Amino acid sequence: MNLRVENLNFAYQHGPPVLKEVSLRFDAGRVTGLFGPNGSGKSTLLRCLNGSLHPQGGHVLIGDRAAAKLSPREIARLIAVVSQDTPVALPFTALEVVLLGRYPHGESWRKDSPEDVQLARECLTKLDVAELAERRFDQLSGGERQRVIIARALAQQAPVMLWDEPASHLDINHQLGLYRLAQGLAAEGRVVVMVCHDLLLAPLFVDQAVLLNAGSICATGSIGEVLRSANISKVFGVNVTLNWPTNDSIAATLKPTVPAGSGG
Amino acid sequence: MTLNQSADNETARRDARWLAPMLLLALLVAMMVALAVGSVAISPAKIVQALLGQSHDDVTSQILFDARLPRILAAGFVGAALALAGLASQTLFRNPLASPSVIGVSNGAALGAVVGVLLSARFNHEGYGLSVLLSLGGGLAVTALVFALGKGGRYFGHALLLAGIAVAALCSALTTAMLYLAGERLQSIVFWLMGGLWLANWREALLVAPVTLLGLVTLFVWSRDLNVALLGERSARDLGLDLPRLQRRLLLLIAVLTSMAVSVSGVIGFIGLIVPHLLRLITGADHRRLVVPTALGGALLLILADTCARTLASPAEIPVGIFTAVTGASVFLWLLQKRRPVGTP
Repeated sequence: MNLRVENLNFAYQHGPPVLKEVSLRFDAGRVTGLFGPNGSGKSTLLRCLNGSLHPQGGHVLIGDRAAAKLSPREIARLIAVVSQDTPVALPFTALEVVLLGRYPHGESWRKDSPEDVQLARECLTKLDVAELAERRFDQLSGGERQRVIIARALAQQAPVMLWDEPASHLDINHQLGLYRLAQGLAAEGRVVVMVCHDLLLAPLFVDQAVLLNAGSICATGSIGEVLRSANISKVFGVNVTLNWPTNDSIAATLKPTVPAGSGG
Repeated sequence: MTLNQSADNETARRDARWLAPMLLLALLVAMMVALAVGSVAISPAKIVQALLGQSHDDVTSQILFDARLPRILAAGFVGAALALAGLASQTLFRNPLASPSVIGVSNGAALGAVVGVLLSARFNHEGYGLSVLLSLGGGLAVTALVFALGKGGRYFGHALLLAGIAVAALCSALTTAMLYLAGERLQSIVFWLMGGLWLANWREALLVAPVTLLGLVTLFVWSRDLNVALLGERSARDLGLDLPRLQRRLLLLIAVLTSMAVSVSGVIGFIGLIVPHLLRLITGADHRRLVVPTALGGALLLILADTCARTLASPAEIPVGIFTAVTGASVFLWLLQKRRPVGTP
């Protein structure tokens, strides 16, 4: 299983281009981090990948099938999305929200099978929110809600995970748990793609990095190649130096000044 | 706090299993009571005898089968249709305060019916059939108009609600204007505006029954889709639901159910708002547990309200809309005092 985009071009109606000639390949067994400043096209890319936006040019291939030729339901069995805009005011319990992840499987009026409920509880446990199962979703904290939404994506049992800022609202302990979970899912043979804003923690768990800038790919490859100081200052306009003293640790030097040559 | 709430939810889930059977039982009891009371009281024994076809009392049979039973059945099916249309509206707009009236469909259907009354007066025609037809047409036409005006909006709900409110106001202004043209037909126009079931006969009961049953089955079959629809367009799409298609279908279903109900009984408010809202407090928002109790609850409420309407001031009739509005509004106020409505932030 892999996910490919070829020469993707996308613009919202009456808007400027958001994605320009983007070609990428995401393989099973690897965690890919999508980096880039606000508005660089990361979320739009994810929404093109699962077919909820239709690109004006280029192809999206899920395995060997064109996303444009699959129904929303077929795609939902292949790709589980964690998006940034789940409504807060959902009148469901946390368990019911996770069970919505079983929607692409089975008939519409069907009751939740004991297997579905069992699976949903396991997913809640993986995200450390098992004790919130019967609580109302709209009464949870932001971080708890986010973990319930990720549990819903797990319950979809899809071979591809597209997570848009999955670590938002999470404390540092749960961020680490989340990234380890992503690694575990990749190790089971899944494609995992995460949009990340955090340049300190996420890079430790990412096998492959993509840096987007204004709708184009600025750099792609290993995390060390992509998150070089030159790239960071060019794309984000911030003076950060990242070092990897060992494989599993990271050191960052941040100078909160405007870098030379940025014109600011 | 945490434990109490989770216990609340557990209890709610357990209660929900008994809800549909209990409502069905209550409905049967209410129907028996409704058959028994009226200008002539009929004892339960006689009712059972007549229902089994063993009655030799022709007058009793006539009252039961020609007057009371068809009216009770019509009330039940209309009440169920209104409650189901209310549930569909609340899910469509992801707003527990929505009802079919917010998209103008009840006002459109009432306008159609009133035009029917006036036309048939002009051409000296009995006219009831024409009113039924035009109220169906009015409801569907208004829904189509509101959909056409509202679909350009960025967010489905907002533009549609605004268009609905504007078109509803327009329809009700036109209807009020027609009161001045009504002359001796004023009485029958007031019927459409205030709602009532005194014209309901076997014809009406048999007209609305299949539509209500169709609505019930359809909403039940869609119940998981409706759950996912509460997530909003993007997340629904991510889970594999084509939400715009479901929204168009729901709109059509609401239009058909509501127009059909108005064409039989005039505009009866508050059932569509209050029944799904109240039951959601017991079952939670899962439509697989909510759809059937909503239909039963709507039927129960309108049968009770109609029984009060025809007996309290007998032989005069009180418009049933007054009862549903009074009970609906008071229950609603009580809920607002007690706890915030389900689904509001």
